[in-house]
Amino acid sequence: MRVAVTTFLLAMAVGIPAWGATEDESRWHDLRESLFGDRQIHEESGVVSLEAPYRAHDAALVPITFEAAFPQTNERYVKTITLIVDENPLPMAGQFHFTEASGWAAISTRIRVNAYTHVRAVAETNDGELHMAKRYVKASGGCSAPAGKDPEAALASLGKMKLRRSDPVLWGEPNSAQLLVSHPNHTGMQMDQVTRHYVLAYFVDSIEVRYGDLPVLAVESNFSLSENPAVRFHYVPDGPGELSVRVTDSDGAMFARAWSVPASVATAPVGEEAAPVNPVQ
Amino acid sequence: MHNLVEEPEIRDMLHGMARESTGSPGSRTVLRVQAMTAWLWLAAVGAVLGPSPTGAADAIQLKPVAQGIYVYTGPHTDASDSNLGAVGNVAIVLGEQTVALIDSGGSLEFGLQLRAALEEITDLPVSHVINTHVHPDHLLGNGAFAGPTVEFVGHRRLGAALAARAEFYLEAGTRNVGPKFAGTKAIGPTLEVADSMHINLGGRVLKVTAHATAHTDNDLTVYDRRTRTLFAGDLVFVERLPIVDGSLKGWLAVMDDLRAVPAVRVVPGHGPASVRWPSALHAQERYLQALLRDVRIEIAAGGTIENAIGWVASEERSKWVRFDEDHPRNVTASFTELEWE
Repeated sequence: MRVAVTTFLLAMAVGIPAWGATEDESRWHDLRESLFGDRQIHEESGVVSLEAPYRAHDAALVPITFEAAFPQTNERYVKTITLIVDENPLPMAGQFHFTEASGWAAISTRIRVNAYTHVRAVAETNDGELHMAKRYVKASGGCSAPAGKDPEAALASLGKMKLRRSDPVLWGEPNSAQLLVSHPNHTGMQMDQVTRHYVLAYFVDSIEVRYGDLPVLAVESNFSLSENPAVRFHYVPDGPGELSVRVTDSDGAMFARAWSVPASVATAPVGEEAAPVNPVQ
Repeated sequence: MHNLVEEPEIRDMLHGMARESTGSPGSRTVLRVQAMTAWLWLAAVGAVLGPSPTGAADAIQLKPVAQGIYVYTGPHTDASDSNLGAVGNVAIVLGEQTVALIDSGGSLEFGLQLRAALEEITDLPVSHVINTHVHPDHLLGNGAFAGPTVEFVGHRRLGAALAARAEFYLEAGTRNVGPKFAGTKAIGPTLEVADSMHINLGGRVLKVTAHATAHTDNDLTVYDRRTRTLFAGDLVFVERLPIVDGSLKGWLAVMDDLRAVPAVRVVPGHGPASVRWPSALHAQERYLQALLRDVRIEIAAGGTIENAIGWVASEERSKWVRFDEDHPRNVTASFTELEWE
């Protein structure tokens, strides 16, 4: 309690915008304790930044970006960012784990927002400190909104992946890439009116990205990510190699795919959609 | 935009013929000589329609657009208490034995008022309620027409789409329309169209065609050969910004198919009661092509949805009603479709 009060006073003193200080924080107080115990969380300390629209156009697809706000070095870097949507049915939307081969702890993705809420990015640095950035987002109904525009097409493309990456490749430096995974990411809050049953929750629960043998990014998530999860991240290629992705979902299916960097002429161009290499049920 | 609007062809209706105006867009001279008879005729229609039996402030106006065809035009607003959720167009087609309804408005109350207005025009029974797609402003009036002799006609995918969305739509209707939404139910198809189907109303045969994913994944169109009238549902928007809730590329492809329909007029899902065909497509095609072009540019540049919303097709802003409200979602939908190319 003392920490919260101190933080609040500090926020007032340094002139944090009013919307940041006045929206309801009650749910966060509970979440904070269950997720981080009594660890101190530094707010708006310049370690992590978060961008989200104040008013979302589509509650089922709210674009957000969160990233380390300082240069990443082996001595000091962000190793995990936890994304929290206070008012969602599962407030912990995802954990994103970074490594030396990430180069930069920076993620852009799209989330569902079920009610007006704070969205928070809590970054853990390698020295074990916690730092938070937050934004208030006005959107509602993102979890109960009807599923997909074309369910037949979605079923036909389940598990397909696409990678878009910056070009040309910068060796030894952080390069950006975006992974798209075709998956309905059902929330379990969408009702089938005929059976009067809810459609079962069915979502991507993990994404692992490697460059060669080195882990680049590991994501644990749930249906808080929008349909067809999209994740923009960074990776550091030390030379030509292979970017590989392994995705699992809540039904235990696994989808894997790899792309060569830079794509050789003989292989499919990077970015072209393809069937999963190894769908396992 | 207004020069696309076709005037009612009163002469044809009086004589029960299907002669069509050939005036160029914007020409209104064709009607001048019929002005006197038109006034008499419209006055008669107004008299028989009379006030709504429920006493609602906005009595349902049915506008004659061709022989045996009447259209209610929905306002370009959100669903509300004053429009009973009926913000899309509804058409009534009279055969010699039965009547077909094309869409039914946005609530049971609207459906009941529509039914009362219809009964002032004809004693013939409604045999078919054809729902052009799943959206609530086109379908939630179905309940007013339910009965053992009425078929609800829909795309083969309409049932599944409605199952997934009904609860959401009913909640939104309760919220937006208020107490007058009471009793509204989501009634799905009893007759499903996989490809195409003919519906005989006695002396008048309607061709119903199911389309690939476009505005939604369950779009139907209806064609009346007798008057060469196409009922496009929301595959054609006029004045009000088109909504992409299916597939942008699919919609453009379906528009190519539709262009071949030898209609002289279209009853759009949103817009005036009757518009010249195929010129009614021009504005919509221009907008959707601009979306396609600009979103592809944003994606090719490695850009984002947020950035795309800021500039894509911005030259279209002054040309549509509800651009600010609905365009950002169209950009989002188009982006998430096209990024898989």
